[in-house]
Amino acid sequence: MGIGIKSMEYEDFGDNESLELIKKTGGNVFLSSIDSLLNWGRSNSIWPLTFATSCCGIEMMAAGASRHDFARFGIEVYRASPRQADVIVVAGTIVHKMVPVLKRLYDQMPDPKYVIAMGACAVSGGPFFYNSYSVVRGVDHVIPVDVYIPGCPPRPEALLYGVMQLQRKIKGESISSPVETDTDKLL
Amino acid sequence: MSEEIIKDVIVRESEDYIINMGPQHPSTHGVLRFEVCLKGETVKYLIPHIGYIHRGIEKMCEADTYQQIIHLTDRMDYLSAHINNEAVCMVVEEAMQVEVPERVKYIRTILDELNRIASHQLWWCAFGMDLGALTAFFYGLRDREHILDIFEESFGSRLLHSFNTPGGLMHDVHPNFQKRTKEFITYFRKKLPEYDQLLTGNIIFQERVKGVGYMSREKAIAYGVTGPSGRGSNLACDIRKIAPYGAYDKVQFDEILMTEGDTFARYQVRMGEMLESMKIIEQLVDNIPEGDFTAKMKPIIKLPAGEYFKRVETARGELAVYVVSDGNKTPYRMKFRSPNFSNLFVMNELAAGGKIADLVAISGSLDLVIPDIDR
Repeated sequence: MGIGIKSMEYEDFGDNESLELIKKTGGNVFLSSIDSLLNWGRSNSIWPLTFATSCCGIEMMAAGASRHDFARFGIEVYRASPRQADVIVVAGTIVHKMVPVLKRLYDQMPDPKYVIAMGACAVSGGPFFYNSYSVVRGVDHVIPVDVYIPGCPPRPEALLYGVMQLQRKIKGESISSPVETDTDKLL
Repeated sequence: MSEEIIKDVIVRESEDYIINMGPQHPSTHGVLRFEVCLKGETVKYLIPHIGYIHRGIEKMCEADTYQQIIHLTDRMDYLSAHINNEAVCMVVEEAMQVEVPERVKYIRTILDELNRIASHQLWWCAFGMDLGALTAFFYGLRDREHILDIFEESFGSRLLHSFNTPGGLMHDVHPNFQKRTKEFITYFRKKLPEYDQLLTGNIIFQERVKGVGYMSREKAIAYGVTGPSGRGSNLACDIRKIAPYGAYDKVQFDEILMTEGDTFARYQVRMGEMLESMKIIEQLVDNIPEGDFTAKMKPIIKLPAGEYFKRVETARGELAVYVVSDGNKTPYRMKFRSPNFSNLFVMNELAAGGKIADLVAISGSLDLVIPDIDR
Protein backbone atom coordinates (compact mmCIF):
# COMPACT_ATOMS: atom_id res chain seq x y z
CA MET A 1 0.00 0.00 0.00
CA GLY A 2 1.75 3.16 -1.18
CA ILE A 3 1.34 6.72 -0.08
CA GLY A 4 -1.03 8.92 -2.04
CA ILE A 5 -2.09 12.45 -1.26
CA LYS A 6 -5.73 13.43 -0.88
CA SER A 7 -7.32 13.14 -4.31
CA MET A 8 -4.09 12.12 -6.06
CA GLU A 9 -3.59 8.36 -6.07
CA TYR A 10 -0.36 6.42 -5.66
CA GLU A 11 -0.32 5.45 -9.33
CA ASP A 12 -0.54 9.09 -10.44
CA PHE A 13 2.91 9.83 -9.06
CA GLY A 14 6.22 9.12 -10.71
CA ASP A 15 9.36 7.83 -8.99
CA ASN A 16 7.45 5.39 -6.82
CA GLU A 17 10.34 2.91 -6.93
CA SER A 18 12.78 5.29 -5.23
CA LEU A 19 10.19 6.18 -2.61
CA GLU A 20 9.72 2.49 -1.81
CA LEU A 21 13.44 2.20 -1.06
CA ILE A 22 13.18 4.85 1.65
CA LYS A 23 9.95 3.68 3.21
CA LYS A 24 10.41 1.44 6.21
CA THR A 25 8.03 -1.47 6.53
CA GLY A 26 7.05 -3.37 9.65
CA GLY A 27 7.85 -2.04 13.12
CA ASN A 28 5.68 -2.38 16.16
CA VAL A 29 2.09 -1.25 16.39
CA PHE A 30 2.68 1.47 18.95
CA LEU A 31 5.51 3.16 17.09
CA SER A 32 3.85 3.01 13.72
CA SER A 33 0.73 4.71 14.98
CA ILE A 34 2.84 7.49 16.52
CA ASP A 35 4.72 7.68 13.25
CA SER A 36 1.61 8.16 11.23
CA LEU A 37 0.40 10.93 13.54
CA LEU A 38 3.75 12.74 13.52
CA ASN A 39 4.18 12.40 9.79
CA TRP A 40 0.65 13.61 9.16
CA GLY A 41 1.41 16.75 11.14
CA ARG A 42 4.84 17.31 9.66
CA SER A 43 3.94 16.71 6.06
CA ASN A 44 0.93 19.01 6.11
CA SER A 45 2.61 22.03 7.65
CA ILE A 46 5.87 22.48 5.81
CA TRP A 47 7.04 26.04 6.18
CA PRO A 48 9.52 27.15 3.55
CA LEU A 49 12.36 29.61 4.01
CA THR A 50 12.28 32.68 1.77
CA PHE A 51 15.45 31.86 -0.05
CA ALA A 52 15.56 32.80 -3.70
CA THR A 53 18.69 33.70 -5.57
CA SER A 54 17.41 34.23 -9.08
CA CYS A 55 14.73 33.56 -11.68
CA CYS A 56 13.21 30.48 -9.99
CA GLY A 57 12.34 32.70 -7.04
CA ILE A 58 9.79 34.47 -9.20
CA GLU A 59 8.10 31.18 -10.05
CA MET A 60 8.22 30.26 -6.38
CA MET A 61 6.43 33.53 -5.63
CA ALA A 62 3.92 32.75 -8.36
CA ALA A 63 3.34 29.34 -6.80
CA GLY A 64 2.51 31.02 -3.51
CA ALA A 65 0.24 33.62 -5.07
CA SER A 66 -3.34 33.76 -6.19
CA ARG A 67 -3.64 31.30 -9.04
CA HIS A 68 -1.48 28.42 -7.88
CA ASP A 69 -1.78 28.99 -4.12
CA PHE A 70 0.28 26.23 -2.57
CA ALA A 71 -1.13 26.97 0.86
CA ARG A 72 -3.67 24.33 -0.20
CA PHE A 73 -0.97 21.73 0.41
CA GLY A 74 0.06 23.07 3.78
CA ILE A 75 3.26 24.67 2.51
CA GLU A 76 1.77 27.69 4.05
CA VAL A 77 3.80 30.68 5.20
CA TYR A 78 7.18 31.83 3.98
CA ARG A 79 9.47 32.32 6.92
CA ALA A 80 12.24 34.86 6.72
CA SER A 81 14.20 33.19 9.53
CA PRO A 82 15.76 29.75 9.10
CA ARG A 83 14.96 29.00 12.76
CA GLN A 84 11.28 28.80 11.89
CA ALA A 85 11.55 26.99 8.59
CA ASP A 86 11.18 23.31 7.78
CA VAL A 87 12.15 23.26 4.14
CA ILE A 88 14.60 25.30 2.15
CA VAL A 89 13.63 25.66 -1.49
CA VAL A 90 16.91 26.44 -3.22
CA ALA A 91 15.48 28.50 -6.06
CA GLY A 92 18.26 29.66 -8.30
CA THR A 93 21.95 29.50 -9.02
CA ILE A 94 24.40 28.98 -6.18
CA VAL A 95 27.82 30.49 -6.79
CA HIS A 96 30.96 29.91 -4.78
CA LYS A 97 30.57 33.14 -2.81
CA MET A 98 27.09 32.07 -1.74
CA VAL A 99 28.05 28.57 -0.55
CA PRO A 100 29.06 29.46 3.04
CA VAL A 101 25.85 31.43 3.43
CA LEU A 102 23.71 28.58 2.16
CA LYS A 103 25.50 26.07 4.38
CA ARG A 104 24.98 28.27 7.41
CA LEU A 105 21.31 28.78 6.62
CA TYR A 106 20.85 25.04 6.34
CA ASP A 107 22.68 24.42 9.60
CA GLN A 108 20.54 27.00 11.36
CA MET A 109 17.32 25.24 10.45
CA PRO A 110 15.95 22.95 13.17
CA ASP A 111 15.54 19.23 12.50
CA PRO A 112 13.68 17.70 10.76
CA LYS A 113 14.68 19.73 7.73
CA TYR A 114 14.26 19.17 4.04
CA VAL A 115 15.77 20.57 0.88
CA ILE A 116 14.12 21.05 -2.48
CA ALA A 117 16.46 21.86 -5.37
CA MET A 118 14.32 23.93 -7.69
CA GLY A 119 15.40 24.57 -11.23
CA ALA A 120 18.23 23.46 -13.46
CA CYS A 121 20.82 25.64 -11.71
CA ALA A 122 20.20 24.11 -8.30
CA VAL A 123 19.98 20.61 -9.75
CA SER A 124 23.14 20.64 -11.84
CA GLY A 125 24.32 24.14 -12.72
CA GLY A 126 21.88 24.25 -15.61
CA PRO A 127 22.69 26.75 -18.35
CA PHE A 128 25.89 27.66 -16.50
CA PHE A 129 27.23 24.12 -16.46
CA TYR A 130 29.82 24.77 -19.15
CA ASN A 131 32.30 27.64 -19.23
CA SER A 132 31.32 29.35 -16.02
CA TYR A 133 34.06 29.83 -13.44
CA SER A 134 31.91 30.69 -10.47
CA VAL A 135 28.81 28.48 -10.46
CA VAL A 136 28.42 25.45 -8.19
CA ARG A 137 27.29 22.54 -10.37
CA GLY A 138 24.35 21.48 -8.30
CA VAL A 139 23.40 22.38 -4.77
CA ASP A 140 23.88 18.76 -3.68
CA HIS A 141 27.61 19.49 -3.48
CA VAL A 142 26.78 21.57 -0.43
CA ILE A 143 23.66 20.27 1.27
CA PRO A 144 21.74 16.98 0.93
CA VAL A 145 18.76 17.33 -1.40
CA ASP A 146 15.43 15.55 -0.95
CA VAL A 147 13.56 16.49 -4.10
CA TYR A 148 14.90 17.69 -7.44
CA ILE A 149 12.66 19.79 -9.69
CA PRO A 150 14.05 20.24 -13.20
CA GLY A 151 13.13 23.14 -15.46
CA CYS A 152 14.50 26.57 -16.27
CA PRO A 153 12.55 27.84 -14.45
CA PRO A 154 10.12 25.07 -13.44
CA ARG A 155 6.46 25.96 -13.70
CA PRO A 156 4.62 26.54 -10.41
CA GLU A 157 2.79 23.28 -11.07
CA ALA A 158 6.15 21.52 -11.09
CA LEU A 159 6.96 23.03 -7.71
CA LEU A 160 3.58 21.84 -6.41
CA TYR A 161 4.34 18.35 -7.63
CA GLY A 162 7.76 18.48 -6.00
CA VAL A 163 6.21 19.56 -2.72
CA MET A 164 3.74 16.70 -2.91
CA GLN A 165 6.57 14.25 -3.50
CA LEU A 166 8.31 15.66 -0.44
CA GLN A 167 5.14 15.16 1.59
CA ARG A 168 5.02 11.55 0.52
CA LYS A 169 8.64 11.16 1.49
CA ILE A 170 7.92 12.58 4.93
CA LYS A 171 4.99 10.22 5.32
CA GLY A 172 7.32 7.29 4.81
CA GLU A 173 9.60 8.27 7.70
CA SER A 174 9.79 6.59 11.08
CA ILE A 175 11.02 7.89 14.43
CA SER A 176 12.75 4.57 15.07
CA SER A 177 15.11 5.22 12.15
CA PRO A 178 15.40 8.95 11.57
CA VAL A 179 16.63 10.18 8.24
CA GLU A 180 20.23 11.40 8.27
CA THR A 181 20.54 15.13 7.74
CA ASP A 182 24.08 15.56 8.96
CA THR A 183 25.98 17.44 6.29
CA ASP A 184 29.36 16.49 7.70
CA LYS A 185 28.83 12.97 6.38
CA LEU A 186 28.53 14.45 2.94
CA LEU A 187 31.68 16.50 2.98
CA MET B 1 31.98 69.26 -9.81
CA SER B 2 31.50 65.54 -9.62
CA GLU B 3 33.49 65.38 -6.37
CA GLU B 4 30.80 67.35 -4.65
CA ILE B 5 28.02 65.09 -5.83
CA ILE B 6 29.65 61.69 -5.47
CA LYS B 7 30.87 60.70 -2.04
CA ASP B 8 33.08 57.89 -3.22
CA VAL B 9 35.26 57.45 -0.16
CA ILE B 10 33.59 56.08 2.94
CA VAL B 11 35.74 56.24 6.05
CA ARG B 12 35.12 53.35 8.40
CA GLU B 13 35.76 54.03 12.06
CA SER B 14 36.48 51.47 14.75
CA GLU B 15 33.48 52.37 16.93
CA ASP B 16 31.00 52.12 14.06
CA TYR B 17 28.04 49.90 14.78
CA ILE B 18 27.67 47.70 11.72
CA ILE B 19 24.79 45.42 10.85
CA ASN B 20 24.49 43.26 7.79
CA MET B 21 21.30 43.23 5.77
CA GLY B 22 21.34 40.15 3.61
CA PRO B 23 22.51 38.19 1.67
CA GLN B 24 19.45 36.20 2.72
CA HIS B 25 16.90 38.87 3.42
CA PRO B 26 13.43 38.94 1.87
CA SER B 27 13.52 42.66 1.06
CA THR B 28 16.78 42.63 -0.82
CA HIS B 29 14.95 40.72 -3.57
CA GLY B 30 17.66 38.18 -3.96
CA VAL B 31 21.12 37.87 -2.56
CA LEU B 32 22.40 41.36 -2.05
CA ARG B 33 24.24 42.36 1.10
CA PHE B 34 24.16 45.82 2.60
CA GLU B 35 26.75 46.66 5.21
CA VAL B 36 24.83 49.27 7.17
CA CYS B 37 26.48 51.49 9.75
CA LEU B 38 24.05 52.74 12.35
CA LYS B 39 24.09 55.56 14.83
CA GLY B 40 21.09 54.81 16.98
CA GLU B 41 18.36 54.31 14.44
CA THR B 42 19.94 56.55 11.84
CA VAL B 43 21.93 55.17 8.95
CA LYS B 44 25.40 56.68 8.88
CA TYR B 45 26.55 55.02 5.70
CA LEU B 46 25.75 51.96 3.67
CA ILE B 47 28.02 49.81 1.54
CA PRO B 48 26.48 47.35 -0.94
CA HIS B 49 28.35 44.09 -1.36
CA ILE B 50 27.67 42.33 -4.61
CA GLY B 51 28.78 39.09 -6.21
CA TYR B 52 26.60 36.56 -4.41
CA ILE B 53 25.04 35.60 -7.73
CA HIS B 54 27.93 36.41 -10.06
CA ARG B 55 27.71 33.73 -12.73
CA GLY B 56 30.23 35.09 -15.17
CA ILE B 57 27.78 35.66 -18.00
CA GLU B 58 30.01 38.14 -19.82
CA LYS B 59 32.88 35.67 -19.83
CA MET B 60 30.58 32.84 -20.90
CA CYS B 61 29.44 34.93 -23.86
CA GLU B 62 32.98 34.79 -25.24
CA ALA B 63 32.64 31.04 -25.73
CA ASP B 64 29.12 31.09 -27.16
CA THR B 65 27.69 31.85 -30.56
CA TYR B 66 25.31 34.77 -30.90
CA GLN B 67 22.26 32.52 -30.92
CA GLN B 68 23.41 30.98 -27.64
CA ILE B 69 24.07 34.33 -26.01
CA ILE B 70 20.35 35.16 -26.27
CA HIS B 71 19.59 32.47 -23.72
CA LEU B 72 22.10 33.85 -21.24
CA THR B 73 20.70 37.38 -21.43
CA ASP B 74 17.34 36.01 -20.32
CA ARG B 75 18.87 35.11 -17.00
CA MET B 76 20.31 38.53 -16.30
CA ASP B 77 17.28 40.70 -15.76
CA TYR B 78 14.73 37.91 -15.76
CA LEU B 79 11.78 40.26 -15.35
CA SER B 80 12.46 41.97 -18.66
CA ALA B 81 13.82 38.90 -20.42
CA HIS B 82 12.30 39.77 -23.77
CA ILE B 83 13.84 43.24 -23.80
CA ASN B 84 17.29 41.86 -22.98
CA ASN B 85 17.02 39.45 -25.88
CA GLU B 86 16.05 42.25 -28.18
CA ALA B 87 19.14 44.26 -27.26
CA VAL B 88 21.49 41.46 -28.33
CA CYS B 89 19.47 40.77 -31.47
CA MET B 90 19.59 44.42 -32.45
CA VAL B 91 23.37 44.53 -32.10
CA VAL B 92 23.75 41.50 -34.35
CA GLU B 93 21.25 42.83 -36.88
CA GLU B 94 23.01 46.18 -37.02
CA ALA B 95 26.41 44.58 -37.49
CA MET B 96 25.17 42.22 -40.20
CA GLN B 97 23.16 45.05 -41.78
CA VAL B 98 20.01 42.99 -41.81
CA GLU B 99 16.72 44.79 -42.16
CA VAL B 100 14.16 43.02 -40.01
CA PRO B 101 10.58 42.85 -41.34
CA GLU B 102 8.04 45.38 -40.08
CA ARG B 103 5.97 42.59 -38.57
CA VAL B 104 8.86 41.60 -36.33
CA LYS B 105 9.34 45.17 -35.13
CA TYR B 106 5.68 45.50 -34.22
CA ILE B 107 5.50 42.18 -32.41
CA ARG B 108 8.74 42.85 -30.56
CA THR B 109 7.49 46.22 -29.38
CA ILE B 110 4.18 44.79 -28.18
CA LEU B 111 5.99 42.04 -26.31
CA ASP B 112 8.41 44.57 -24.81
CA GLU B 113 5.53 46.53 -23.41
CA LEU B 114 3.70 43.45 -22.15
CA ASN B 115 6.92 42.45 -20.45
CA ARG B 116 7.26 45.91 -18.96
CA ILE B 117 3.74 45.76 -17.53
CA ALA B 118 4.39 42.30 -16.08
CA SER B 119 7.61 43.53 -14.53
CA HIS B 120 6.00 46.61 -13.00
CA GLN B 121 3.17 44.48 -11.65
CA LEU B 122 5.65 42.23 -9.93
CA TRP B 123 7.55 45.25 -8.63
CA TRP B 124 4.29 46.68 -7.31
CA CYS B 125 3.38 43.57 -5.39
CA ALA B 126 6.91 43.11 -4.04
CA PHE B 127 7.05 46.76 -3.00
CA GLY B 128 3.74 46.44 -1.21
CA MET B 129 4.95 43.27 0.48
CA ASP B 130 8.17 44.96 1.61
CA LEU B 131 6.15 47.66 3.30
CA GLY B 132 3.83 45.19 4.95
CA ALA B 133 0.87 45.22 2.57
CA LEU B 134 0.61 41.54 1.75
CA THR B 135 -2.68 41.94 -0.13
CA ALA B 136 -0.81 43.82 -2.85
CA PHE B 137 1.16 40.67 -3.53
CA PHE B 138 -1.96 38.69 -4.37
CA TYR B 139 -3.52 41.45 -6.48
CA GLY B 140 -0.40 42.03 -8.52
CA LEU B 141 0.37 38.42 -9.27
CA ARG B 142 -3.27 37.71 -10.10
CA ASP B 143 -3.11 40.16 -13.01
CA ARG B 144 0.40 39.15 -13.99
CA GLU B 145 -0.80 35.62 -14.71
CA HIS B 146 -2.96 36.99 -17.53
CA ILE B 147 0.13 38.32 -19.30
CA LEU B 148 1.97 35.07 -18.68
CA ASP B 149 -0.94 33.25 -20.34
CA ILE B 150 -0.36 35.30 -23.50
CA PHE B 151 3.36 34.51 -23.37
CA GLU B 152 2.74 30.85 -22.76
CA GLU B 153 0.40 30.52 -25.69
CA SER B 154 2.88 32.05 -28.09
CA PHE B 155 6.26 30.86 -26.79
CA GLY B 156 5.46 27.96 -24.50
CA SER B 157 7.21 29.45 -21.50
CA ARG B 158 6.18 31.81 -18.78
CA LEU B 159 9.17 33.72 -17.58
CA LEU B 160 12.26 33.19 -19.71
CA HIS B 161 11.23 32.98 -23.31
CA SER B 162 14.12 33.26 -25.71
CA PHE B 163 11.72 34.23 -28.42
CA ASN B 164 13.92 36.72 -30.25
CA THR B 165 16.60 35.43 -32.53
CA PRO B 166 19.03 37.49 -34.57
CA GLY B 167 17.00 38.55 -37.59
CA GLY B 168 13.53 38.13 -36.18
CA LEU B 169 11.51 35.80 -34.04
CA MET B 170 11.84 32.11 -33.29
CA HIS B 171 8.46 31.43 -34.90
CA ASP B 172 5.29 33.34 -35.58
CA VAL B 173 3.00 34.32 -32.74
CA HIS B 174 -0.10 32.31 -31.96
CA PRO B 175 -3.22 33.23 -34.02
CA ASN B 176 -4.94 34.18 -30.75
CA PHE B 177 -2.21 36.66 -29.86
CA GLN B 178 -4.01 39.83 -30.93
CA LYS B 179 -7.31 38.78 -29.42
CA ARG B 180 -5.76 37.80 -26.10
CA THR B 181 -3.71 40.98 -25.90
CA LYS B 182 -6.77 43.15 -26.47
CA GLU B 183 -8.68 41.16 -23.87
CA PHE B 184 -5.89 41.74 -21.41
CA ILE B 185 -5.85 45.50 -22.04
CA THR B 186 -9.59 45.81 -21.38
CA TYR B 187 -9.19 43.64 -18.29
CA PHE B 188 -6.23 45.51 -16.88
CA ARG B 189 -7.72 48.95 -17.53
CA LYS B 190 -10.43 48.01 -15.06
CA LYS B 191 -7.99 46.50 -12.57
CA LEU B 192 -5.37 49.25 -12.44
CA PRO B 193 -7.60 51.65 -10.43
CA GLU B 194 -7.82 48.88 -7.83
CA TYR B 195 -4.08 49.20 -7.29
CA ASP B 196 -4.50 52.86 -6.50
CA GLN B 197 -7.40 52.23 -4.17
CA LEU B 198 -5.52 49.50 -2.36
CA LEU B 199 -2.08 50.99 -1.94
CA THR B 200 -1.51 54.45 -3.41
CA GLY B 201 -4.12 56.21 -1.30
CA ASN B 202 -3.34 54.23 1.84
CA ILE B 203 -2.28 56.66 4.56
CA ILE B 204 0.17 54.23 6.18
CA PHE B 205 1.81 53.59 2.84
CA GLN B 206 2.02 57.30 2.03
CA GLU B 207 3.58 58.12 5.38
CA ARG B 208 6.27 55.55 4.72
CA VAL B 209 7.19 56.62 1.21
CA LYS B 210 6.64 60.38 0.98
CA GLY B 211 9.76 62.46 1.41
CA VAL B 212 11.89 59.38 1.91
CA GLY B 213 15.06 58.74 -0.06
CA TYR B 214 15.35 62.02 -1.92
CA MET B 215 17.47 61.94 -5.06
CA SER B 216 18.22 65.15 -6.90
CA ARG B 217 18.46 65.32 -10.67
CA GLU B 218 22.21 66.04 -10.47
CA LYS B 219 22.75 63.00 -8.31
CA ALA B 220 20.82 60.80 -10.71
CA ILE B 221 22.99 62.00 -13.58
CA ALA B 222 26.21 61.62 -11.58
CA TYR B 223 25.45 58.04 -10.64
CA GLY B 224 23.98 57.11 -14.01
CA VAL B 225 20.58 56.27 -12.59
CA THR B 226 18.19 55.51 -15.41
CA GLY B 227 14.73 54.13 -15.95
CA PRO B 228 11.77 54.89 -13.70
CA SER B 229 14.12 55.61 -10.79
CA GLY B 230 15.79 58.40 -12.75
CA ARG B 231 12.54 59.69 -14.17
CA GLY B 232 11.27 60.12 -10.62
CA SER B 233 13.98 62.78 -10.30
CA ASN B 234 12.92 64.61 -13.46
CA LEU B 235 15.66 63.07 -15.58
CA ALA B 236 14.40 62.44 -19.09
CA CYS B 237 16.30 59.27 -19.85
CA ASP B 238 13.84 57.11 -21.78
CA ILE B 239 15.72 55.39 -24.60
CA ARG B 240 12.40 54.78 -26.32
CA LYS B 241 12.20 58.57 -26.79
CA ILE B 242 15.88 59.46 -27.17
CA ALA B 243 16.86 56.76 -29.66
CA PRO B 244 13.70 54.96 -30.80
CA TYR B 245 14.08 51.35 -31.83
CA GLY B 246 11.54 48.76 -32.93
CA ALA B 247 8.20 50.43 -33.62
CA TYR B 248 8.53 53.11 -30.95
CA ASP B 249 8.85 55.84 -33.56
CA LYS B 250 5.37 55.00 -34.84
CA VAL B 251 3.51 55.41 -31.55
CA GLN B 252 2.46 58.31 -29.38
CA PHE B 253 3.23 58.03 -25.70
CA ASP B 254 4.32 60.25 -22.84
CA GLU B 255 7.46 59.94 -20.83
CA ILE B 256 6.33 60.07 -17.22
CA LEU B 257 8.44 62.55 -15.30
CA MET B 258 8.13 63.52 -11.66
CA THR B 259 9.98 66.35 -9.96
CA GLU B 260 9.78 65.27 -6.32
CA GLY B 261 12.61 62.70 -6.51
CA ASP B 262 11.46 60.75 -3.47
CA THR B 263 10.31 57.16 -3.11
CA PHE B 264 6.70 58.08 -3.81
CA ALA B 265 7.70 59.83 -7.05
CA ARG B 266 9.44 56.68 -8.28
CA TYR B 267 6.34 54.73 -7.33
CA GLN B 268 4.11 57.07 -9.31
CA VAL B 269 6.36 56.91 -12.36
CA ARG B 270 5.99 53.14 -12.52
CA MET B 271 2.24 53.30 -12.02
CA GLY B 272 2.04 55.84 -14.85
CA GLU B 273 4.25 53.72 -17.08
CA MET B 274 1.83 50.82 -16.90
CA LEU B 275 -0.85 53.08 -18.40
CA GLU B 276 1.54 54.35 -21.07
CA SER B 277 2.54 50.80 -21.98
CA MET B 278 -1.10 49.92 -22.46
CA LYS B 279 -1.47 52.96 -24.72
CA ILE B 280 1.46 51.78 -26.85
CA ILE B 281 0.07 48.27 -27.15
CA GLU B 282 -3.35 49.57 -28.15
CA GLN B 283 -1.86 51.62 -30.98
CA LEU B 284 0.10 48.68 -32.35
CA VAL B 285 -1.92 45.57 -31.77
CA ASP B 286 -4.48 46.18 -34.52
CA ASN B 287 -1.91 47.25 -37.09
CA ILE B 288 0.52 44.34 -37.08
CA PRO B 289 1.53 44.10 -40.74
CA GLU B 290 1.51 40.77 -42.56
CA GLY B 291 4.83 39.30 -43.58
CA ASP B 292 7.65 37.06 -42.52
CA PHE B 293 8.49 36.50 -38.89
CA THR B 294 12.19 36.55 -39.61
CA ALA B 295 14.66 37.98 -42.05
CA LYS B 296 16.93 35.64 -43.97
CA MET B 297 19.93 34.85 -41.81
CA LYS B 298 22.83 32.50 -42.28
CA PRO B 299 22.88 29.59 -39.85
CA ILE B 300 26.34 30.58 -38.64
CA ILE B 301 26.54 34.23 -37.71
CA LYS B 302 29.94 35.86 -37.94
CA LEU B 303 30.02 39.55 -37.15
CA PRO B 304 32.51 41.59 -39.16
CA ALA B 305 35.47 42.70 -37.08
CA GLY B 306 34.72 45.87 -35.18
CA GLU B 307 32.86 47.32 -32.24
CA TYR B 308 29.10 47.49 -31.95
CA PHE B 309 26.90 49.19 -29.45
CA LYS B 310 23.16 49.28 -28.91
CA ARG B 311 20.94 50.32 -26.05
CA VAL B 312 17.37 49.62 -25.10
CA GLU B 313 15.02 50.64 -22.32
CA THR B 314 14.27 47.74 -20.03
CA ALA B 315 11.72 47.93 -17.23
CA ARG B 316 14.50 49.17 -14.94
CA GLY B 317 16.44 51.52 -17.14
CA GLU B 318 18.99 51.64 -19.86
CA LEU B 319 20.56 48.36 -20.92
CA ALA B 320 23.48 48.81 -23.28
CA VAL B 321 25.21 45.99 -25.12
CA TYR B 322 28.74 46.48 -26.36
CA VAL B 323 30.32 43.86 -28.57
CA VAL B 324 33.87 43.64 -29.84
CA SER B 325 34.15 41.17 -32.67
CA ASP B 326 37.26 39.83 -34.33
CA GLY B 327 35.33 38.22 -37.16
CA ASN B 328 34.74 34.86 -35.50
CA LYS B 329 31.43 33.25 -34.69
CA THR B 330 31.87 34.12 -31.02
CA PRO B 331 32.41 37.66 -29.73
CA TYR B 332 35.86 38.73 -28.59
CA ARG B 333 34.37 40.70 -25.72
CA MET B 334 30.81 41.29 -24.66
CA LYS B 335 29.92 43.96 -22.16
CA PHE B 336 26.51 44.66 -20.68
CA ARG B 337 25.82 48.00 -19.09
CA SER B 338 23.01 46.89 -16.86
CA PRO B 339 20.63 49.43 -15.35
CA ASN B 340 20.52 47.88 -11.89
CA PHE B 341 24.25 48.09 -11.37
CA SER B 342 24.16 51.88 -11.64
CA ASN B 343 20.90 52.19 -9.75
CA LEU B 344 22.25 50.20 -6.81
CA PHE B 345 25.19 52.41 -5.94
CA VAL B 346 23.09 55.49 -5.36
CA MET B 347 21.65 53.64 -2.33
CA ASN B 348 24.26 55.10 0.05
CA GLU B 349 23.30 58.63 -0.92
CA LEU B 350 19.60 57.97 -0.52
CA ALA B 351 19.75 56.06 2.74
CA ALA B 352 22.49 57.95 4.64
CA GLY B 353 20.96 60.24 7.21
CA GLY B 354 17.62 58.47 7.12
CA LYS B 355 16.16 55.91 9.46
CA ILE B 356 16.93 52.23 9.06
CA ALA B 357 13.22 51.47 8.68
CA ASP B 358 13.22 53.49 5.46
CA LEU B 359 15.95 51.36 3.95
CA VAL B 360 13.51 48.74 2.74
CA ALA B 361 11.28 51.35 1.13
CA ILE B 362 14.22 52.94 -0.67
CA SER B 363 15.71 49.72 -2.00
CA GLY B 364 12.23 48.60 -3.04
CA SER B 365 11.62 51.80 -4.95
CA LEU B 366 14.81 51.32 -6.97
CA ASP B 367 13.41 47.96 -8.12
CA LEU B 368 16.66 46.03 -8.05
CA VAL B 369 17.08 42.68 -9.74
CA ILE B 370 20.23 41.18 -8.31
CA PRO B 371 21.34 38.79 -11.11
CA ASP B 372 21.35 41.83 -13.38
CA ILE B 373 23.78 43.59 -11.05
CA ASP B 374 26.16 40.66 -10.72
CA ARG B 375 25.63 39.07 -14.15
